[in-house]
Amino acid sequence: MLPRRDKCLSALFITGGAWLFSSMAHAAYEYNLTPPASTLTQEIFDLHMLTTIVGTIIMALVTGMIIYALINFRHAKGAIPDQEFHNGWFGRWAWVLVPVIVLSIDLTIASSASSTLSSVESHDKADVTVKVIGSQWKWTYEYMDDDIKIVSNLKKLEPTDPLYLRDVDDPLVLPTGKRVRFLLTSSDVLHNWGIAEIVPKKINIPGYINETWTNITKEGTYRGQCYENCGTGHAFMPAVVRAVSPTEYEQWKVTRKAQQAQSAAEASADKVWAKAELMAKGEAVYTKNCLACHQANGQGLPGVFPALAGSKIANNTAALADHIAIVVKGKAGTAMAAWGPQLNDLDIAAVVTYERNAWGNTAGELVQPKDIKAAR
Amino acid sequence: MSVATTHDHHHDHHGPPRGWQRWVYSTNHKDIGTMYLFFALFMLFFGGAMAMYIRAELFMPGVQLASPDFYNNMVTDHALVMVFGMVMPAAAGMANWMIPMMIGAPDMALPRLNNLSFWLLPAAAILLMLSIVAPYIFPDGGTPVNTGWTLLPPLSVQNGIGMDFTIFAIHTLGVSSILASINIVTTILNMRAPGMTMMKMPLFVWAWFFTALLLIAVMPVLAGAVTMLLFDRHFGTSFFDAAGGGDPILFQHLFWFFGHPEVYVLLLPSIGVLGLVIPTFARKPLFGYKALVYGMGVLAALGMVVWAHHQYTIGMSLVATNYFMIGTILISIPVGLMLMNFIFTMWRGSMTFETPMLFGIAIILMFSFAGVTGVMLAVVPADMQYHDTMFVVAHFHYALIPGAVFGLYAGVFYWLPKWTGHMYNERLGQIFFWWTTISFNLTFFPQHFSGLAGMPRRIVDYSIQYTEFNMISSIGGFLFGLSHLLFLYIIIQTIRGGAKAPAKPWEGSQIGTPGLEWTLPSPPPFHSFTEAPVIK
Repeated sequence: MLPRRDKCLSALFITGGAWLFSSMAHAAYEYNLTPPASTLTQEIFDLHMLTTIVGTIIMALVTGMIIYALINFRHAKGAIPDQEFHNGWFGRWAWVLVPVIVLSIDLTIASSASSTLSSVESHDKADVTVKVIGSQWKWTYEYMDDDIKIVSNLKKLEPTDPLYLRDVDDPLVLPTGKRVRFLLTSSDVLHNWGIAEIVPKKINIPGYINETWTNITKEGTYRGQCYENCGTGHAFMPAVVRAVSPTEYEQWKVTRKAQQAQSAAEASADKVWAKAELMAKGEAVYTKNCLACHQANGQGLPGVFPALAGSKIANNTAALADHIAIVVKGKAGTAMAAWGPQLNDLDIAAVVTYERNAWGNTAGELVQPKDIKAAR
Repeated sequence: MSVATTHDHHHDHHGPPRGWQRWVYSTNHKDIGTMYLFFALFMLFFGGAMAMYIRAELFMPGVQLASPDFYNNMVTDHALVMVFGMVMPAAAGMANWMIPMMIGAPDMALPRLNNLSFWLLPAAAILLMLSIVAPYIFPDGGTPVNTGWTLLPPLSVQNGIGMDFTIFAIHTLGVSSILASINIVTTILNMRAPGMTMMKMPLFVWAWFFTALLLIAVMPVLAGAVTMLLFDRHFGTSFFDAAGGGDPILFQHLFWFFGHPEVYVLLLPSIGVLGLVIPTFARKPLFGYKALVYGMGVLAALGMVVWAHHQYTIGMSLVATNYFMIGTILISIPVGLMLMNFIFTMWRGSMTFETPMLFGIAIILMFSFAGVTGVMLAVVPADMQYHDTMFVVAHFHYALIPGAVFGLYAGVFYWLPKWTGHMYNERLGQIFFWWTTISFNLTFFPQHFSGLAGMPRRIVDYSIQYTEFNMISSIGGFLFGLSHLLFLYIIIQTIRGGAKAPAKPWEGSQIGTPGLEWTLPSPPPFHSFTEAPVIK
């Protein structure tokens, strides 16, 4: 018959264990490293399983020894302490034996890890090279061999959606079975482009270029996100890759280039745009690029990001030139980025128009693409 | 050593000073130790409150409680408060109380410096608290300190005025730690009673000797790094700005050159406590005392040269990465040796399970688990997957809560009778043990899973696939936080009264080490040893 306290404790353990187990079963595929989908991550996954298994065996041994000691060397059982135990042969040699055993385990793991590390750091010729630029708070992908640029933003979803914080408006598209090299950099602070299924992480550092690579084996959509604390929007920076067959990839490139050429032509044409058109376009550009900081209602975050609604610049007819300059060139020492290199004249004209006419702002000017061209 | 015999006369006849002056002007190692311990207890609840906020925010997906910046500020200050405000002062409080008594000295070697090193701490705590509120009370206060405790630039250069308060708080904390460390090293080297050779010192004294050396070596590096950060922020330098010819990675190297040895600064004092607790309750001398002393030395030395394993993803050369990987994996040798020593101390012993011993056994198990995940993280290619996920959070909480905090709890329960002269309530102590240990595991074990599945750390909001594990974690976290109210109650109850403690409250407490502290009555007199004891 167990004492009452022990009964309570074992009941607690059983309930807790059952609860843990049931929740694990519920999220059955979510408690190990994500299943790999590239040659390199497969190698890393195997290494992870090796260390996990070695670790589990060591833990079982340690736990077993402690439990054995707890059962057999108890005062309550009348155990007599062996005051000379540390002076026996074992006491004299254990400090050599144990390190030698640990060292041999260490070297097994290290040699296996070292060869995988060489594959991670190999710089063979790549079929596709993509530059991944992190910025607060979105990813920009540039295909180095083709004139294609993708800006990838969080797609806003409700917190109940299965893809909440996991989806973007414009994912990176890559071919399977090809060696893809990623050049990682950042335009403002540290970011870390991470998708565990396909790529080992390297951080994106402003002013530096890091390199990592993949060779995707399975078609599909792979989701990850930013792993280096980059400030306010850190939790809202998903990274999504759509892996397609090489033929589909070639077709996608052709369509994409055609779309890009069309919108560039539209932006550079000396067309004068009407207010409704500029406002609609401006709202779209604002939602995509500005909303994370200045918020949907233009109020910003007090003390952190300035409000645009009723601001001294956006709501003042005399300050139009300042407004355009700050959007095109950014503001040094703050999180406000220079949008000139990232957006075309039409987009900037539209967003400035939008900001001067939305949320009760009454500055009222229409800004045309030629005004931006002049201000650059 | 002669100090001990000449120092006593002019104090002895009038006893301790009374009222507030006893504490503010104190040069007495026990009073200062007590103040350190109470300061640490206060900061435990302060840092714990932030942890409760973090777990409440992460209870379910969506941003419910505050802005992402405030959340990140809480993450930053939870770490800074727990590391610098809680664990280090608590360990320093124990050092102040116990080291002079263990080596047979009347007081610390530099008592007035001791007073200064304590009183810098409340000043630093005020600066830290100001860093939290500053962005909200100053016009244009900018972003709160949203960088995490590593304060990595360029993000930390963007922050508002709160970052400057943080930098000054770190400076102040660093000065305090260096002064305390100088004092401890000087005391250990100069104040030992006749016959107390270095190799006769209790393990706790050895542990603090290495800790203090580590602190003196690495604290100035952190001070340098945050000073450079301050210059980048306000004086137009570009130490960490690639556009101005600097290097954002330089800060990481400087930070982790401090930050990795800091891990051992937090762990070693607790290992020292274990080196006393386990033999006491196993009624058997420590197995491999010398191996442990040398092991701690090797650990401290290795800990100084593997800092870049926190930065495997920054893009180092293959050779450098290989070196840091193998160096880090080799740390498992001294750690394995320590675990072996503790397990074989229990082997063929005669164990009883009072609260300190319960904590001791739990530490051995949970800390070896942290060691195992540590080896997993040391393996570079795998770490590139684990990097900055909750797996890392789980790993270092398994290292720091059992390794450092539970070691301190073991020490508190082990020495409470000596400090207060009263026995604590053993039944409540054991309830506290089971409550914290179970809730701790409930909190942090699921984080291994969510981390492997890819949940990043330092995010205010997560996608719904991580919901279950975070809910379990949060419930465990609240229980873990709540358990500390019981801890507080036990301490207050013991201070206020209870069964009288004999000079030697634990049956086995003199086995193996000279154990001079147990030759004094409980509580010890105001000046511990008025005549230097002689060790045979």
